[in-house]
Amino acid sequence: MTTTTTPARTPKPRQRRGDLVFSGIARTAALVIVVALAGVAIFLTLEGLPALDAPPGKLGGASNIVTFIGPLLFGTLLAALIALVIATPLALGVALVIALYAPLRLSKPIGYVIDLLAAVPSVVYGLWGIAVLGPQLVPAYLWLDRNLGWIPFFAGPASTTGKTILTAGIVLAIMALPIITAITREIFTQTPTLQKEAALALGATRWEMIRLSVLPYSKSGIVSAVMLGLGRALGETMAVAMVLSASGVVTFNLISNVNPSTIAANIALQFPEATGLGVNALIASGLVLFVITFAVNFTARAIIARGERRLR
Amino acid sequence: MNVRIPPQGPRLTVKSEIEIPIGDRHETEADRRSHLPLTHPRLPRWAPALVATLAAATSTLLALTLGWGPIPWVLVGVLLTLVALPLWARAVEGSRSAKDRLVTSLVWTAFGLALVPLVSLVWEVLGNGLGVIDAEFLTYSMRNIVGEGGGIYHAMIGTLLVTGAAAVISIPIGLLTAIYLVEYGGTSRLARAITFLVDVMTGIPSIVAGLFAYALFVLFFGEGIRFGFGGAIALSLLMIPIVVRSGEEMLRLVPHDLREASYALGVPKWRTVVKVVIPTALGGIVTGVTLAVARVAGETAPLLIIAGSTDSLNLNLFGERMMTLPVYIYYSYTQPGVPAEYGQERAWGAALVLIVIVMALNLIARAIGRRYAPKTGR
Repeated sequence: MTTTTTPARTPKPRQRRGDLVFSGIARTAALVIVVALAGVAIFLTLEGLPALDAPPGKLGGASNIVTFIGPLLFGTLLAALIALVIATPLALGVALVIALYAPLRLSKPIGYVIDLLAAVPSVVYGLWGIAVLGPQLVPAYLWLDRNLGWIPFFAGPASTTGKTILTAGIVLAIMALPIITAITREIFTQTPTLQKEAALALGATRWEMIRLSVLPYSKSGIVSAVMLGLGRALGETMAVAMVLSASGVVTFNLISNVNPSTIAANIALQFPEATGLGVNALIASGLVLFVITFAVNFTARAIIARGERRLR
Repeated sequence: MNVRIPPQGPRLTVKSEIEIPIGDRHETEADRRSHLPLTHPRLPRWAPALVATLAAATSTLLALTLGWGPIPWVLVGVLLTLVALPLWARAVEGSRSAKDRLVTSLVWTAFGLALVPLVSLVWEVLGNGLGVIDAEFLTYSMRNIVGEGGGIYHAMIGTLLVTGAAAVISIPIGLLTAIYLVEYGGTSRLARAITFLVDVMTGIPSIVAGLFAYALFVLFFGEGIRFGFGGAIALSLLMIPIVVRSGEEMLRLVPHDLREASYALGVPKWRTVVKVVIPTALGGIVTGVTLAVARVAGETAPLLIIAGSTDSLNLNLFGERMMTLPVYIYYSYTQPGVPAEYGQERAWGAALVLIVIVMALNLIARAIGRRYAPKTGR
């Protein structure tokens, strides 16, 4: 996107028919994308609307659509927040290693390994989370319950299966990490070498160099990278659906058996058996998720675009 | 740091290579101490390694005497290193350097921590999956199977068909859009809007794509519609933006001289694009498409919603439910049937197959990218 291309100077004799047809096809394809994106919003709204005035009892215990989506929204935000709290420092650390700390010939393979993390399908993460990570975390949850039980987050009683929202958050963090890393390392490497070397020449240590030249330069990039990671964590479905034992409550207790569900996971779990208004309600919740992730991604991309314009 | 600046100001001395006769040396002890040293004390290069080794040794000792598992053992070792190295640096080098060393250790620790899940995941999938895979597993469907036996044949064929159909839809649309953006759109408002929308589209949650396909087809076919082609539509919604982004990047790498040389020969623009620009960028385009296929081949949520699940082989994209590998993994593990271990074993086996497919696609994409990379740029 940073490459500014001078538009090819087209010969201007007569418009050939082939040119008209070809450019018309290309433009149509581009418009299809706009139509598809609009279609997502339109069809979800069409199918979600009937759930707005659904009678009580049709929404799986909730009295209306707001009380149906509300707890799910809470769970979605909570899981994504946990994921970001864990993923952001780790991702920044990894990006610093790749961009500034690792020797040059090592940094490329390291970056490739981190990209592999992004290539693993989400259902495999779910499988790993439920079968490996969850049971591994049970002793930690028991310890947290015993020693830090006075903090509301760890009120317990601790789950004995590890299927908690904290486990789900950790799995989400692993999935959001490659995205945040990929963007931040790109920005770290774009920091002007002159600024970095000037800092080093003044006697700064490597950390002072990073703090004085790299971090201020890449602040907006880091913010947007974290927001893109947030978008991924908000919309991730399978890992949460498999790892979490959800019961649709609103609680800040991170380590118990009773956990809030997330919008995406709830859809995946309920949809195969849903009928009638249940389907409409699930689609309405999907619309809410779409609007939120769209807003998050929109903001992140706008920050990136603004940063690029400023640099130009 | 014991830098003492003498009252008359710093006197820098340069060590001379020339031997000065003994008699000419008037330097006293006090004189020597007043010199500002040109270097300040540094820890030796092997200091971090030494500290890490000592910390590991201490941690091992503690682990052996107190009977810890591997996790506290590593944790204590890393913590000891994180505390000891900055403390030593503070004593010898000063506080700024100590902070620097602390951050360096923290950054590398974060990196190591990030690798743990990857290693563990690969290890577990290999360990649990390898024993399951045999000829029967790869060539049988789950039709009439209860308990042991059965395989993933129907799921593999389903994944192949759905992903293939998604690719057939997405590649033309994606590439033509990329061509529009690079060759025709220029800086027009539409082109800028589409670039932005494509970026935003990469962030659509996969489950929303599935809901979109369902909401679209339910209007035509009525409630409860499940078929493979719907899955292909959902997947192409996720795949198109990836194809556009990579295609756009590759087309922009094609040097302008090539286009202008073609125009100068009187070749129409559309033939220039088809015969000159695209062949030049083909390697990169194929790489991008392969990566996009790898990305959507592992998608579960949209297929769960619109393609459904079944035990039998279904070769018809336009009718009946169609099983795919990711959905197979999901159902095999969460609803494994009565002797649960057989279903769960099959889930691990299918996970291994899926990971191998996705990784192979990634490696192929990189190999193509390296082989046919344009000589300009990068």
